[in-house]
Amino acid sequence: MVGAPRGALAIIGVVRTSMGIFKLIVRRVLLGVFTLLVVSFAVFALTNLLGDPVQRLLGRGALPEVVKAKRAELGLDRPFFTRYFEWLKGMLTGDPGNSFSNGDAVMDIVGDRIKNSLFLMFVASMVSIPLSLFIGARAALRRDKSFDRVTSNQMLIFAAMPEFVVGAFLTVLLATNVWHVFPATSRIRPGEAPWSDWKGVILPAITLTLAVTPHVSRTMRAAMIEVLESDYVEMARLKGLPERAVLWRHAFPNAVGPTLQVIALNIAYLAGGVVVVESLFNYRGIGIALRDAIPVANAPIVQFIAMFIATIYVVCNLLADLGAILVTPRLRTRLQ
Amino acid sequence: MSGTMQSRENVALEIRGLRIDVAESGADIVDEVDLTIRRGEVLGLVGESGSGKTTIGLAVLGHARRGVAIHGGTVRIGDRDLNGLDAKELRSVRGKLVSYVPQDPGTALNPALRIGKQIMEVLETHGFGANQAEREARVVEVLSEVMLPGVPEFLRRYPHQLSGGQQQRVGLAMAFACRPAVIVLDEPTTGLDVSTQTHVLQTIRDLAARHGVAALYVTHDLAVVATLADQVAVMYAGRVVEQGSTADIFANPAHPYTRYLVAAAPEMDGDRQMVGLVGRAPSPGKRPVGCAFALRCELATEECVAEFPAVTDVGTDRPHQVRCVHAFGVPDRTALRVASTARVARESEVALSIRHVDAGYSGTNVVHDVSFDIQRGECVALVGESGSGKSTLSRSIGGLHREWTGEIVLDGTPLEKSSRNRPVAQRLSIQYVFQNPYSSLHPRRPVAESIARPLAIAGVDAREAAIEVDRMLERVSLGSAYGSRYPDQLSGGERQRVAIARALVSKPHMLICDEVTSALDVLVQAAIIELLVDLQRDLGLAMLFVTHNLPLVRSIAQRVAVMSDGKIVELGDTAQTLRHPQEEYTKRLLADTPVIPTFSND
Amino acid sequence: MSAEKPAGVWRSSLRLWRTRIGIALVLLLVGVAIVGPWVAKFSPSEFAGTPNTRHVPGTWLGTDYLGQDVVSRFLHGGRSILWMASVSTLLGFVFGAAIGLVAAYNRGRLDDVLMRGMDILLAFPQLLLALVALTTIGPEPWLIITIVAFTTMPRIARITRGATVPVVERDFIGAAEALGESRFRIITKELLPNVTGPLLVEANLRLTYSIATIAGLGFLGFATEVNAADWGQMVQENRTALTVAPWGTLLPAFAIALLTVGTGLIADGVSRTVAGVDRGRPDA
Ligand SMILES: Nc1ncnc2c1ncn2[C@@H]1O[C@H](COP(=O)(O)OP(=O)(O)OP(=O)(O)O)[C@@H](O)[C@H]1O
Ligand code: SF4
Ligand SMILES: [Mg+2]
Repeated sequence: MVGAPRGALAIIGVVRTSMGIFKLIVRRVLLGVFTLLVVSFAVFALTNLLGDPVQRLLGRGALPEVVKAKRAELGLDRPFFTRYFEWLKGMLTGDPGNSFSNGDAVMDIVGDRIKNSLFLMFVASMVSIPLSLFIGARAALRRDKSFDRVTSNQMLIFAAMPEFVVGAFLTVLLATNVWHVFPATSRIRPGEAPWSDWKGVILPAITLTLAVTPHVSRTMRAAMIEVLESDYVEMARLKGLPERAVLWRHAFPNAVGPTLQVIALNIAYLAGGVVVVESLFNYRGIGIALRDAIPVANAPIVQFIAMFIATIYVVCNLLADLGAILVTPRLRTRLQ
Repeated sequence: MSGTMQSRENVALEIRGLRIDVAESGADIVDEVDLTIRRGEVLGLVGESGSGKTTIGLAVLGHARRGVAIHGGTVRIGDRDLNGLDAKELRSVRGKLVSYVPQDPGTALNPALRIGKQIMEVLETHGFGANQAEREARVVEVLSEVMLPGVPEFLRRYPHQLSGGQQQRVGLAMAFACRPAVIVLDEPTTGLDVSTQTHVLQTIRDLAARHGVAALYVTHDLAVVATLADQVAVMYAGRVVEQGSTADIFANPAHPYTRYLVAAAPEMDGDRQMVGLVGRAPSPGKRPVGCAFALRCELATEECVAEFPAVTDVGTDRPHQVRCVHAFGVPDRTALRVASTARVARESEVALSIRHVDAGYSGTNVVHDVSFDIQRGECVALVGESGSGKSTLSRSIGGLHREWTGEIVLDGTPLEKSSRNRPVAQRLSIQYVFQNPYSSLHPRRPVAESIARPLAIAGVDAREAAIEVDRMLERVSLGSAYGSRYPDQLSGGERQRVAIARALVSKPHMLICDEVTSALDVLVQAAIIELLVDLQRDLGLAMLFVTHNLPLVRSIAQRVAVMSDGKIVELGDTAQTLRHPQEEYTKRLLADTPVIPTFSND
Repeated sequence: MSAEKPAGVWRSSLRLWRTRIGIALVLLLVGVAIVGPWVAKFSPSEFAGTPNTRHVPGTWLGTDYLGQDVVSRFLHGGRSILWMASVSTLLGFVFGAAIGLVAAYNRGRLDDVLMRGMDILLAFPQLLLALVALTTIGPEPWLIITIVAFTTMPRIARITRGATVPVVERDFIGAAEALGESRFRIITKELLPNVTGPLLVEANLRLTYSIATIAGLGFLGFATEVNAADWGQMVQENRTALTVAPWGTLLPAFAIALLTVGTGLIADGVSRTVAGVDRGRPDA
């Protein structure tokens, strides 16, 4: 069946993918920008529905003139679309506006929190990515042996449980009841670096790591198994190459490509996942900021954090696409 | 016997009593395999799919696939028995003393490594040459041996930047790089066009002869073996049932199975009819104690099933071994030698007329201004190399491909582009049989339901349809009991019969067969061709038979249309065209097509 | 050779222990959620004794932060999660599968538009939008269901499309087209039966994540009214008293864990079966 003409659909596929890698990249970038625009509109519209912040700020009994003045001060008296485009312009020029509750610049309030959250995400990624690549690759090599069985069952359990449940168990185990090794809540003071309370970072970081590792390791395992069963790996063995070269030169590089996408998705997922985990451990990041901002209808803060999470998602996916192109010679060679 | 003594010294590969099992069940995949290859000789190992050819080929490198275990026997190269080596010793032998050329170089070359590196790493691993410079020189040298340029620009390419033929040459270069004593070639030309295949075969023959390499050439293609091999071993259900010199095997086949194989091979211009054989070889774990061929063999007697026949040497002056109780017995049907395919009197009514058809994909044309007619009751073969546009044209006729212009007229009415826009009667009167029977049937539907679909669309009521389906199943020699089976319970040949039944149940005028036998083994292929010839004659069908297999055309088509680069370059009477081609392209195609030469009976 | 219908993925997956254990766990918790409210000794917000106390007469595992009976609240707290998760998964599944099938079969422009739409949905910071919407409109079940269905749909659509594309390329689809079968029939009768395996796996996985998401919303305090009996919310409210009265947190946490691990095990069992079926296919 090899070499004989395949269905017409396959040919169409070839014609379509040969449209040029540059065009593909440009399309991806444009799509990312478009996605962010759609998200920004939805976020802005939704946060507007949050309710009237002025009422909450001034209390029920406030005088109508005072309310009116406050509305004008916050710019809420202008039409929706004017405010949307102004806000969008501000976001693009690095000025996301001021907090409704105290008038401080959003950046001043949230900047710190974002740094803390990014640090937490960074720690979790740095631990989970190498760990899951290792687990996935090793499980593939020891397929159906005990390492594979044990890890895949464990991964299944961690993948299924919600983070706050895993976090609660970890707290019971390592903080409050069984062993008292780490604090149950984090205590980063405003203006301080997140590592100033490094002990408080550990439990949230482990929780996030456990949330992400199963997905990446499972993908890596599957990709690695496919590669190990490929003709070219068999061929490498038949050429008499030492096992080391078979694995590192022939198998591993071809398995990482397909895993990149999933890694990107999971980093993006971390950006959302921190919200829950931070809340559980009182970690001073965007999650807490959000928890405080939503009930008082502090829209600028919510909007900024939403766009931050969406941007991370879009950028991670773009990087994964680019990475996949770079590690796949079939695509990379078309860049020249 | 000084001759034998002398040749004994030249033995490069000796396999004795090799048995390979499915690791889990212990069922034998191959057993009692004895093979010997001398230096500079090519042994052709033939047999149908699943007979164990690849399994043996890999065992020559001491390798067994996942789930498979080498159970016993010896594989001796020079003075080393590979079955006694540990993993480390095996690695030092593989690629150096014995090397492997895979079936599909497209998947066997690492897509992420430059080809220069892939050749170089064999040399580095085995410490070929004294230093890097010598190895680099060797890379260039071995590339020129397989007729590829050894320039840096070429070495830096990735596999996907090479054509199929070039990829296979890189595979050959990798195999020959360390100047091994034995080389295993597993269907290395299956995916290639005939002209490329001819060149690659030529290269293999030259290299083996020049460097005194012993080659094990695995294939299912008898014609290739006949032109390439010195010795032939025929496998059936995991056993070597006959082996001897190529001339002996083809001129005097002793085993009934070999006789069938030879009889099933299409002949380009003899007057022999192709003879097929239904049934399939039992798979590992389901094999009988006695001769595994007994189920299909016309000569089978009780003796045959009692135990596996021992090796008999029936050669006169050179070894010619066979495992059959009734060696040289002639099964009735293989002797069939008719004057010529019974010809249908051609009715001079045009069934399908193709007028100035251009077809392509998103703007690029692959079929250019094609015009020809097919008469009622006539079969026209459409031949050409892969990529010449055969399938695109036939799919356009069938309404599966919509991007075409021009006119296609069926029974006087022009056809709409998409089958959906054609009236029901028209849809039903053009039917299509696909290349791959493994993908053309709905896997989760009993075959009777699949066959009944066209009738349901025609509005035939269910009871009547059931009767018609049973009749059709009988007609394609399956029997109505097959109706309740699911496709995965059928062999490839049986599935193709179901597909034919589905195509014919609505009594079409026009049948399009797209490479319908290319996924099948020779015996099954011959049986399907026999069936199609029968049906076409009995039903007076107009037929378009698309194939890249030229010799096949002789057995089925009255006229042949040769296609090249989307154009019909020659169209004429089959016998005439194959014997006296007019066009340069047809001549080249014919010259490149391997055929079984006539071996004298001495 | 018998001519039985090849055993369906679901039936064959029942042969695996992990599937059976998964089903047992799910049944157990579904049982608790359904029967629980009838056998609970206290009503969810009934005062049972001193708050945050491990040993209170008349309770098994003590009281929570408001002095309510932990076990009774646990027995009451499963229903909302279970039915909302099931309905939202079902909705997301039906729409997602339909979109995936249509996109895969039609290819071309429609495919592009549908799948890019799904990509955009995926880029939404869903949890966050859920929080905003729930704060604005209130913890309404229909809102939670809609939001979770919207998170589920694009993922199911992607998986469905991915599984369907190779089936579309197989010749029996071409054969059906040549006969002029309708698009609807091709999608429902020719394509759908051949992707049930991967869809079943994904449906179970999505159910797992829907449960997790809804429990998570409860945990963040957005899914329910104040002091409602809800497993997620119970974890949140009682975790400050972990040292003295751990059961208030642990019991609902265990319930959620067992439930999600149960559906996860079923998904895994089915996916192993699908992989096995695929490997056994004699296709080349
Ligand atoms: N991993 C395996 N486990 C169990 N049985 C196997 C395995 N691999 C192959 N077999 C069986 O061994 C037999 C021989 O297979 P093999 O690939 O050697 O045949 P072949 O002659 O090379 O066929 P083809 O012409 O299709 O390449 C087949 O019946 C096959 O089903
Ligand atoms: S041994 Fe008997 S059954 Fe087998 S091939 Fe020979 S004659 Fe036929
Ligand atoms: Mg083979």
